[in-house]
Amino acid sequence: MSDEFVAHHVLEFPGGYKRSLGPVISRFLTCLRDGRIEGVKLADGRVLVPPTEYDPVTSEPAGDPVEVGPGGVVTTWTWIASPRPKHPLDRPFAWALIRLDGADTAMLHAVDTGSAAAMATGMRVTPRWRAERVGHVKDIECFVPEGKS
Amino acid sequence: MTDAPGAAPAEPVTIMSAPIRLDFDVAAGAAASRFLKGIAQRRILGQRCPVCRKVYVPPRGSCPIHGVPTDQEVEVGPRGTVTTFCVVNIAFSDLAPEIPYVCAQVLLDGADIAFFGLIAEVPAKEVRMGMRVETVWADEVIADQRSIKWFKPTGEPDAAYETYKDYI
Repeated sequence: MSDEFVAHHVLEFPGGYKRSLGPVISRFLTCLRDGRIEGVKLADGRVLVPPTEYDPVTSEPAGDPVEVGPGGVVTTWTWIASPRPKHPLDRPFAWALIRLDGADTAMLHAVDTGSAAAMATGMRVTPRWRAERVGHVKDIECFVPEGKS
Repeated sequence: MTDAPGAAPAEPVTIMSAPIRLDFDVAAGAAASRFLKGIAQRRILGQRCPVCRKVYVPPRGSCPIHGVPTDQEVEVGPRGTVTTFCVVNIAFSDLAPEIPYVCAQVLLDGADIAFFGLIAEVPAKEVRMGMRVETVWADEVIADQRSIKWFKPTGEPDAAYETYKDYI
């Protein structure tokens, strides 16, 4: 049955949703603007990336910032054959969890290898930084196989 | 960078802006499409439940009480009775009518659920429960609920409370 009456709706937060940043996330994003990636060290010695304000296990305030990466290991990935308009790349890419060197948790980002055949769990990747950075996770355009940035 | 290792960089980032936008299409579906086509013919169409025989308007395709398709189309109105109403004194939107304006739940003749609309062509302070009204259509009607402009008094005697007390 065809739908004769179809209305197009747009639900939008005009100008984007702006949120103020506390000291931990502010520091994380400021470092991204400066081309560095930092996590936080927890009481048990583990390093959380991206950082959180509180230790997710003990609920204590998270500890000191620790620089990690820039390279790391893909722990899991999924290939996006048909990117959607809001995706970080307009060509097929992989969403991946990447455990950066020195980190004990993985962070989500895009990996640009050109083909799913070139993706592999355990592969090493490194960030491709944007030339103009503002302090956002998108300051890293994507990750690429190490040696190919 | 001349900061000591581990020191926070100068001019920290303090605000993050995230674009939030959702584009989507909503299809009216069978029941609402029938209703809209009726509007384009200056008819207000409801649908009747085969179990409880209640007539719902605007129709949703199924009875909310019995969960079965409302398979019988029933024309309701064009007259009805004002049940509850509200006099609005704050223009909260550019699209709102001139204040004060009255919106009401109108129990259209033949319907078992009240229909939302404006009451106009009468001073706000004269609107009352039980007032008999009739549909005022736009000069050019299209398949859009806004083709019903508002309801205006008919001049009939007020409906008895018993006729609408179960619908408020």
